[in-house]
Amino acid sequence: MEQLIQFAISVLSLGGTYALLALGLATVFGLLGFLNFAHGDLMTVCGYGLFFMLAAGVPFPVAVLFAVALAGLAAVAMERIAFRPLRGRSPMSLLITSFAISLALHVSFQIFISPKSKPIPIPSYFSGYMTFGDVFISKAQVMSIIISFATLFGLNAFITKTRIGIALRAAASDFTVARSMGINANKMIMLAFGLSGVLAGVAAVMWIAQRGAVFPAMGLTPMVKALIAVIIGGLSNPKGALYGGFLLGLLEASFLYILPDQYVIYRDAAVLLTLIAFLMMRPNGIIATNAEPMR
Amino acid sequence: MKNTLLNVDQLEVSYGPVKAVQNISFQVNEGELVTIIGANGAGKTSTLNAIMGLTDISAGKVEFNGNDLAKSSVEAKPKLGIVMSPEGRRVFADLTVKENLIAGGITLPKAKCDVRLDEMVKRFPILGERVNQEAGTLSGGEQQMLAIARALMIGPKFLILDEPSLGLAPKIVTQVFELISELHQEGVTILLVEQNVKKSLAVADRAYVMELGHIVREGRAADLSQDKKIHEAYLGAA
Repeated sequence: MEQLIQFAISVLSLGGTYALLALGLATVFGLLGFLNFAHGDLMTVCGYGLFFMLAAGVPFPVAVLFAVALAGLAAVAMERIAFRPLRGRSPMSLLITSFAISLALHVSFQIFISPKSKPIPIPSYFSGYMTFGDVFISKAQVMSIIISFATLFGLNAFITKTRIGIALRAAASDFTVARSMGINANKMIMLAFGLSGVLAGVAAVMWIAQRGAVFPAMGLTPMVKALIAVIIGGLSNPKGALYGGFLLGLLEASFLYILPDQYVIYRDAAVLLTLIAFLMMRPNGIIATNAEPMR
Repeated sequence: MKNTLLNVDQLEVSYGPVKAVQNISFQVNEGELVTIIGANGAGKTSTLNAIMGLTDISAGKVEFNGNDLAKSSVEAKPKLGIVMSPEGRRVFADLTVKENLIAGGITLPKAKCDVRLDEMVKRFPILGERVNQEAGTLSGGEQQMLAIARALMIGPKFLILDEPSLGLAPKIVTQVFELISELHQEGVTILLVEQNVKKSLAVADRAYVMELGHIVREGRAADLSQDKKIHEAYLGAA
């Protein structure tokens, strides 16, 4: 029972973080048809925002809000400066541009901040363990579950209950028709980037809470995980990204429990092999869509 | 004499070296139902896309109420009162019927959008019954009704219908044309592009016949429906 609870918490905590990251990627992919490889660097932007705010003595909750907003603004700036001038080019051009942005940000962090890790002090309610009877549970994992589910519910309410959210989903479904209904392309693309930045920011806070540091390449690993999640979930469909994120979390947690201690280092390989087998059976992922991105 | 709402003057549309529309001119007057008929590849959809701003105009001009449409973006068309129900219906499949209608009325203030939504649900009872159903799960006929209802949300001055009967069962085709006729009688100006020549000529005031990018015939729909050449080319099997 104890192990089952701990396993469920691991799945929900890992899956929630991956789902948020994958949703951010899928939101932009749904409109523009490319995977923004600089998405992981938005996490790093959030991490450094958090680091500098905490260093300036700002209380942790306020610093988190600021850092998440900073990631959202950085995503919007990325769109305005780098992607908008390339509007209408092939998704491949946009993908290559996103590689360039990622590299530029990575090098900038190394030069202007530090190539070394910067420690981030995590408050007590985010670190250590709590006990429920005989079960020890990491506070960071519990917070991560609460935050990721609150964000997912908030996002769901935004895209289903507000007119602008419905417009965003309509644009992701068929951008050309949505535009002919009067839905503004620039606003939708900015909104998609802003949302993807905020989601990356929230994921960054949960990532950092479990590791306590930020460094220039921090976003790379979670970016790769998000990439895997959207591909297995089905590109361009938010539900697919969500399912992909949780499936990835489930597989990682499962192999962690299944594999004997000496083989745990092969966890990622085992996860990837399973996913390759899955994609051979369902090449379009969990949910295949025919969404038409903007050209 | 009725006011000319749409004036297409010497329009050309090219895709690279291919000229899809060549030097065509036509008008649609206020309150009229004008149909453009022709076979696949005649340039009908390219003409509509040029009017909506979805395709670049190579030469010529398109005016709406005297204003050059090339100067307004695709997104600005609903504010001018122009809206299109596209070929293949293209409803937002992952959105519910209600959300599709809200997206259609996105340029309206919220209160007015809600009123129009109620009107559409009453006008199309089948949509009213499926208001919370995802549009992708509707039948072809229901999706077509939704595509037209979505276009009607803004209360358009000028409604463009691109192949509304394409791929539908004969009974549903009849219902779609009855709806088009009703909208026309209510005073909506309509430009209808169709391959169903017989039914289009039956509901339209005037018609243009396109072949290989050119307008080859034009006239009153009633006259064209009696025309021997039109009969041979399009109505022979009908």
